[in-house]
Amino acid sequence: MNAKPLIIWLVLCMIGPAVNAQGFAGLGTTAAEGFAQPSPDLPLVFPRDHGAHPDFRIEWWYLTANLTDTEGRRYGIQWTLFRSALAPGEAEGWQSPQIWMGHAAVTSARQHFTAERLARGGIGQAGVSISPGFQAWIDDWDMAGDADLGQLDITAAGTEFSYTLSAHTQEPLILHGAAGYSVKSTDGQASYYYAQPNYQISGTLRLPSGPVEVTGMGWLDREWSSQPLSQEQSGWDWFSLRFDSGEKLMGFVLRRTDGSVDFRSGTWITASGTAQPLPPGTFQAEPLTQSTVAERQLPTRWQVTLPDRDVSVTVEALNPQSWMDLSFPYWEGPVEVSGSHSGSGYLEMTGYE
Amino acid sequence: MMRAAFHTLLSYWSRHRFQLFALVAGLALATTLWSAVQAINGQARQSYAQAQDFLQQLDGTSLVSPGGSLHLSDYVTLKRQGWKLTPVLEGQYRNAGQSIDLIGIDVLTSPQVARLFPAESLGGDSDFLRGILHEPGGIVLHPETEKLLPSVLKEMQIFRSEAVPLGLAVADISLVSRLLQRPDDLSRLILLGDTGPGAMPSADSGADMRPPDTRALASLPAHIKLAPGGTARMNPGTLTESFHLNLTAFGFLSFIVGLFIVQGTIGLAMEQRRGLLRTLRCLGLPFAQMILILVVEITLIAVASAFIGLILGYFLAASLLPGVAATLSGLYGAEVSGALSLQPAWILSGLAMTLAGASLASAHAFYTLWKLPILQAPSTQARGQRLLQSYTAWAAAGIGLSLGGVLALALVEGLIGGFMFLGGVMLGAALLLPYVLWSLLGMAQARTRAPLMQWLWADARAQLPGLSLALMALMLALATNIGVGTMVSSFRLTFVDWLDQRLAADLYVTTLDDAQGAEVQAWLSQQGLTVLPIRSKEMQHSTGQLKIYGLRDDELYRNNWPMISARPEAWDLLVQGRGVLVSEQLARRADLQLGAHIDLPAGWPSEILGIYADYGNPHGQAMVSLPQLLKNAPDVDNLRFALRLDPTQVKQVINMLQERFEIPRENITQKDLAKARSMAVFDQTFLITDALKLLTLAVASFAIFTSLATLWNQRLPQLAPVWAMGVRRRSLALIDILRSLLMAGLTALLALPLGLLLSWALLVVINTAAFGWRLPVYLFPMNWLALVLLALLAAGLAALLPAWRLFRISPSELLKVFSSER
Repeated sequence: MNAKPLIIWLVLCMIGPAVNAQGFAGLGTTAAEGFAQPSPDLPLVFPRDHGAHPDFRIEWWYLTANLTDTEGRRYGIQWTLFRSALAPGEAEGWQSPQIWMGHAAVTSARQHFTAERLARGGIGQAGVSISPGFQAWIDDWDMAGDADLGQLDITAAGTEFSYTLSAHTQEPLILHGAAGYSVKSTDGQASYYYAQPNYQISGTLRLPSGPVEVTGMGWLDREWSSQPLSQEQSGWDWFSLRFDSGEKLMGFVLRRTDGSVDFRSGTWITASGTAQPLPPGTFQAEPLTQSTVAERQLPTRWQVTLPDRDVSVTVEALNPQSWMDLSFPYWEGPVEVSGSHSGSGYLEMTGYE
Repeated sequence: MMRAAFHTLLSYWSRHRFQLFALVAGLALATTLWSAVQAINGQARQSYAQAQDFLQQLDGTSLVSPGGSLHLSDYVTLKRQGWKLTPVLEGQYRNAGQSIDLIGIDVLTSPQVARLFPAESLGGDSDFLRGILHEPGGIVLHPETEKLLPSVLKEMQIFRSEAVPLGLAVADISLVSRLLQRPDDLSRLILLGDTGPGAMPSADSGADMRPPDTRALASLPAHIKLAPGGTARMNPGTLTESFHLNLTAFGFLSFIVGLFIVQGTIGLAMEQRRGLLRTLRCLGLPFAQMILILVVEITLIAVASAFIGLILGYFLAASLLPGVAATLSGLYGAEVSGALSLQPAWILSGLAMTLAGASLASAHAFYTLWKLPILQAPSTQARGQRLLQSYTAWAAAGIGLSLGGVLALALVEGLIGGFMFLGGVMLGAALLLPYVLWSLLGMAQARTRAPLMQWLWADARAQLPGLSLALMALMLALATNIGVGTMVSSFRLTFVDWLDQRLAADLYVTTLDDAQGAEVQAWLSQQGLTVLPIRSKEMQHSTGQLKIYGLRDDELYRNNWPMISARPEAWDLLVQGRGVLVSEQLARRADLQLGAHIDLPAGWPSEILGIYADYGNPHGQAMVSLPQLLKNAPDVDNLRFALRLDPTQVKQVINMLQERFEIPRENITQKDLAKARSMAVFDQTFLITDALKLLTLAVASFAIFTSLATLWNQRLPQLAPVWAMGVRRRSLALIDILRSLLMAGLTALLALPLGLLLSWALLVVINTAAFGWRLPVYLFPMNWLALVLLALLAAGLAALLPAWRLFRISPSELLKVFSSER
C-alpha cells in the first residue's frame, strides 16, 4: 500500500492551503474564519514572538545554511517546522486543531536528501516553547537554544541522512517590511516576518558515505499569517543571498496564476546588520536557465538585479535537482552567487506545476 | 450414420424420462450442495480477506502495554526518542443499548488512511479529510455496518468504504478518544517502516538513519513491550478455517453421494441400451464414434444439470448465508457479509466440478462398455469371486486409512490432526462397509437352512455390488447426522445450563451514563433491592483481547457460577482480592492451571482461583472482586446492573425505572427474554448444520432409490427362476422390500459407532482446538433411533417402486427371461 498519494492529498487539502500560503495552493481563496490577522500597529515582542501563534492559520521556523567541509565541498541544509491550524487556538490532547509538519534536507552538488514529519499539536509530539529556553521540535527533530535565539542546537534525521549542528550569533534580528509587518500583495495581504541571517554554524552531517564535518553560515526565517496571499497568486521565487562583502539580500517574486510577476519585494541588509526594506518592484529576478526537475521545467539559474545597490549577479543552484519531493513538493536548495557580488545563499521556488 | 446414431441413442431418454430425471437430479443435487458450500465459504473468505487486508497494518509489529496501560505520554516520549510509530486507540462505544467497535487512527501518520478513501473521492475530494478532522468529526465504515451505528454517531459525517471490515468504524483518534472518553489512553503503537528495532541503519534499507535499535528496545519503559504482528487480534482466517473445512467436508460428501446416483443411472442406461448399441455396431457404427456420441450426450446432460445445480446452489447459499454469518460472528467474532456476491470463478469451478464428477461417474460404464464384448450377456453370478477380491482390497485400504487417521490424531496437533482423523476414519469405514456387509450376509447365509432364506441372503450378496456405493453414501450420511447432531445437541444442552447459570439475575438494566448509573444504584439500594453492578475493564493481553469484570460478593454468583474447576475456597479468596477467575478460553490460550498466575499488569491479582465456562465468546474473560477492579481501573463505566428480584416485583421495578429515570425499555432486559434471545442466536447458528444434515440424508436416500431402480433390470434373470419354482410375485416383492430394509438397517447399525466416534472427535478434539472450549458429550439414543427409522423408511420407500413393479409384472415378462436371455 502506498501511503504517499494520501499524504500528498492530505497536505494539499488541509495543510497545503495554509503552508503554501505564499502561493501554490489556494490559501487566499478562503477568508480566514476566526483567525487573527496581521496588523502594522502591533509591534513584535521578543522572546514571546519566537514562540507559536496558534490564533494565526500558518507559521514557520525556517533555517537554511550554506556549509563547507574540510576539503572545500559545498553543502546546504534545511530545517523547517511548519504549523498549520484547522481552527484558531489551542486545545488539550488530541483535540488540538494544530497540525505540525517538519521538513529537513541535506544538499550537495550531486545529492539531495529529504525527510518529513507530521504531528498533532496538543499532545507534545511537536511544538515550540520559549521558556526556559527556546525549543522547536517535532518527533526527534530539535532546534533548541537560549531564549533570544543567540545559540541553537539543531538535529534532524531522515532515511539516508541525519545532522547535528550548532549555531551561534550575536547579531540583531532583522525585521522585514515595516518593523516585521511584511506586505505580500497589492491587495494588502501581509504576514509577520523577521529573520536571523547571521548564524555561524558548525557540526556534522551523516550521509550514506559517512560523517562530514562542516562549517558555514545559517539563516533563520520566521513568518506567520492567516491569509498572506491574494487569490491570483500561484507561487513564488524566494532568494536569501549572503555576499562576501558582508551585505545580504532577501528578495521574493510572487507570481500570478498566469505566470506573470504579481509582486516583488525584499530587504537589503547592510554589512553592519541594518535592515532596509526595498521599495516594491526594485528587486528583479529573471530566469536564465531552465532545468528539468521532477518532470517539470524550473529555472535553476537566475539573473538577480538591484539597480539601487549596483547589484547584478548570477544565482545558480549548487544542485539543480534540489527537489523536495514531500507531501507538497517544492524546490529548495543552496545557490552560488557571482557577478557584481559573489557569495552564496538559498533559493526556494514553489508553485511550478 | 453419426446423426442417425446420435438421434437413436438420445431417443432412449424420451422413453425413460425417469432415468433422465434421476441423472439430471443427481448431478444437479451434487452440484447444488457443493456449489452452495463453496459460495458460502467464498463469501466468508472474501470478507476475511478484506478485513485481514485492512487490519494487517493495524496488527503489525507494535509496542503494547500488556496490562493495557499505554499512556499518550508514552507515545510522545517514544516519538521524541525517534521511534517510528503510529498510535491506535480501540474500544467499544456504547450508547442507549447500541454498541459498535471503534478504531481510532492518527490520520496524519497512519498508513491506513489511504485505504479509507471513499472510492469516489480518490481524485482529491477534500471533503473527506475535512469531514474526518473538522467538528463534529467523520466516521468511515462499511455500508453494511451503518445499521449497527448508535444513533448518536449518525450526527457525525459518515463515509462509506468497502475496505473497512464489517462491524467496526474507523475514525481519527481525536474523535475516538472523545467518544470513548479516553483522552490519555492508547491501545498500541504500530511500528512503521520495514526496519524493526534491532536492525542496523543502512542507506538503502528505507529506514531512517537512527531507527530504534536493540539498545532502544532495552530502554523501553518496563510496562511497554514489543509485540509481534498478529497478536493484537485473533486471525479470523485460521480460527474459522475449521468451520469452513466442516462445510467443505459436508459439501464434498453430498457431492460424492450425488455422484453415486449419477453412476447408478448411467450404468443403468448403458445396461439397458446394450441391445441398441449392439444393433448400431452391427449396422456399422465405429466403436470410436459410438463412444464420442455417448461422451457428447453425457456432457450435454452434465452441463444442463450443472446450471440447474448452480442456480439452486446460489439460492441455497443465499438463504443459508445469514445464518452462517451469525455463526461466524457469534462464535469467532469474525464478521462476514450477509449478502452473497456472485463470482465468475465460482460458476466456472462449479461447472468444472460437475463435468469432472460426471466423467468420473460414467467412467465405470464406459470401461464396462469397452471391456466387455458387445455380444456377451452380463453374468452377475460369475462376478462373485472377483468382487470378494476387490472388497478385500477395499477393506484393507479402509483399515489403512482409519489407522492413518488415528495416527494423525496422535501425532498432529490441534485442528488439522482432528480433521485428518475424521477424514481417515470416515473414509476408511466407508471402504470397509462392503466387506463387512458381504461377510455378515455370508455368515447369515451359512446359518440358514430354509432354501428361500438362503436364497434371500445369497441374492442380497449378489445385489451388493450395485448397492454398495449407495450404502456407503448412506452410512456416511447417517454417521454425519449422528455425529453432528450429537455435537449440536450436546452444545445446546450445555449452553442452556450455562445460560441459566450466567443469567442468574432476574433483571438487567443499562443506564444512559455514569451519573444516572450512580443514581439508579443508590435508589435501588434504598428500595432494599440487591444491586449487582456489572463493570468491566477491557485490555490487551498477550493472548488477545481480554475483559476483566469486577464481581460483588453475592449468593447469586456463589451458587450459580458455571465453574469447570475451582479451588474449594475460591469465592472467599476472590472476595479478599487474592485471585482471579478466568474463562476456559483464556485458560486454554494462556495455558493456565488452577494456582498458576496470569500475566496481568502490576496491581491486579493474578492467582487463578477457578476456571469457568464462557461459551460462544471469542475473547478472553476474567473476574476479580469489584474493589480490585475499582482499585486498578477506577474510571470504568458504571452503567449496567443486575438485579435479584422476587418474580412478583419484576414488573413493578421495570415500571419504576422507566418512570423515575426515563430509562428506555430496550435498556431493561428480563432474564427470560435474554435467554430466549441467546437461544435464538444459538439456533440460528446451527441452522446451516441442520439443513446440510437433512440434505445429505435426502441425497443418500435418493442414491439408494436410483441404485435399486438400476438393479431392477439386472435382477429379472435372478428372480424369474425363483418365481418359476413357485414363489409368488407378492412374496418376491415383499422379500425385495425386506432385503432393502435389511441392508439399510445393517448400514445404519454400522453407522452408529462411526457417528459416535465422529461426535467425540467433533466435541472433544475439534471444538477444543477451534473454539477453545471443551464440551461434555451427551448421548441422545432417541435421536439415533429416529435416524435409523428414517434410514429404514428411506430404504423402504426406495424399494417400493421396484417391488411394485415386481408385484405387477406379468408372468410373460418373467417367462421371457428364459426365452430371450441375451
